Amino acid sequence: MPILQSAKGVSNLRQKYWPLIKSLQTALLLTTGLAGYMSARCPVFNLGTLLALGGSLFLAISGSTVLNMWYDRDIDARMNRTCWRPLPSGKITPKEALRFGLIISALGIGWALYIDLLYGVIVFAGLFFDVIIYTIWLKRRTAWSIVWGGVSGGMPVLAGRALGMGAIDWIGITLALAILFWIPTHILTFSMRYHKDYRAAGVPVFPETYGFGATRAIIAVSSVLAAIAMAAAAYGIGMSWGYLRLMAVLSCGLLVLAIGSTLRPSERVNFGLFKYASLFMLGTMVMIVLDVI
Amino acid sequence: MKPLDRILLLITALLASYQVVRGVAGLSSMAIACYTIGFGVIVVASLLMIILGFEVLDSPMVVIASTLIPQSLALGLVTQFLRPILIPYGIFTVLGFLAVVATRLSGPKKLAVITLAIVHGVAGLMIFFLPIVLVFQGKTPGGFAWVGIGGMLIGLGGLLLSFLKAGRPLFSRERILAVFPGLLLLTTAAFVAGFMFV
Repeated sequence: MPILQSAKGVSNLRQKYWPLIKSLQTALLLTTGLAGYMSARCPVFNLGTLLALGGSLFLAISGSTVLNMWYDRDIDARMNRTCWRPLPSGKITPKEALRFGLIISALGIGWALYIDLLYGVIVFAGLFFDVIIYTIWLKRRTAWSIVWGGVSGGMPVLAGRALGMGAIDWIGITLALAILFWIPTHILTFSMRYHKDYRAAGVPVFPETYGFGATRAIIAVSSVLAAIAMAAAAYGIGMSWGYLRLMAVLSCGLLVLAIGSTLRPSERVNFGLFKYASLFMLGTMVMIVLDVI
Repeated sequence: MKPLDRILLLITALLASYQVVRGVAGLSSMAIACYTIGFGVIVVASLLMIILGFEVLDSPMVVIASTLIPQSLALGLVTQFLRPILIPYGIFTVLGFLAVVATRLSGPKKLAVITLAIVHGVAGLMIFFLPIVLVFQGKTPGGFAWVGIGGMLIGLGGLLLSFLKAGRPLFSRERILAVFPGLLLLTTAAFVAGFMFV
């Protein structure tokens, strides 16, 4: 009976806190971290290191997401898209969320520092850029805050690479740049779809500040830069020609959609680009892993 | 789009991706490039259909992109097995593609359909007959005939879509779209199976 009760307790906790961590986004960033580590082609099948990397990154990324949700709960309450989230809907109190976010962030950062100092510092930098610089300082002030969101998004892959290599190298930085350039494709297409929500919440976003035409142009340019950075990093890693060819194919798809959404804009193509950009990033990261295996 | 259609398209994209990564051992870079374009278009087209639905087939760009599949595969086969006619066939491929683009973007609809039928038809016949002839001549293993079967299937799919877009559908749009993901999967599977033998 006690075992059943504790299992039920864990299940309740999971149901309560899981929606706070944006599992898909966390999984995507976690994948970039694992791919960054495996790209170093060190003895990647060290199960202990892989589990520690995955666990510490999962906690740190989830922690920063929970802290974002805690800080942005007033914005979320004003947007149709997010008003159902646990904090604005009252399923979890702000105090609970803050405590949960701080605990798992501290656990993640502490674990990361214990594994390796450089790795831990980069993971901490990711959390710092995301929570302090992006969410608390800039998100409500300027549409350009997404640049810092992009920088923090690039930290897991840089951290993984640094853990594998023992140092920060140009490939790690290029992989992080690829994520940085991919972020506008991902976020701006999203903010175009929900620009009215953002306006209602008083959050400055590119479509509202600079117009849809300029936003589409930025998306197209950033897609090109993301594809170039990813190709450069993949070449530097020594990825086999087969996977490089597939990466070129997927990049062409990204470019076609980005150009298509600029020349013949529509809501459908715009959201298609948003989805394809996520698929592109996931696909390229999986390719890095598969190439090592 | 039904979930089953998405699953079939996803398997198609994965199979075509596998072929892009695997390539064909010992080939010239031009042949590899041709096959990469053909299978690459299948990968991207499948993903776009999964994401955007069958409405993506209504875009005029789809006709242009889908022309690349048989053309590039046929040119790859010619590069690999029929080098004496490579230059004239290469010129035909390039001019044919440009003609499809030009007539699709501007010009009478009838001319666009005729151009498409000629370009698709020649490429389709090349993909269908060349592997089978090579097998009968004993120049390739018997399994390579699967590429010819893939050529037949892609020709069938091309015909169904071309007539549909020309406003004279052989079957209703719903019926064509119902079989299209399965047909594309069978086509890709046949190509991938065939190329395993060379």
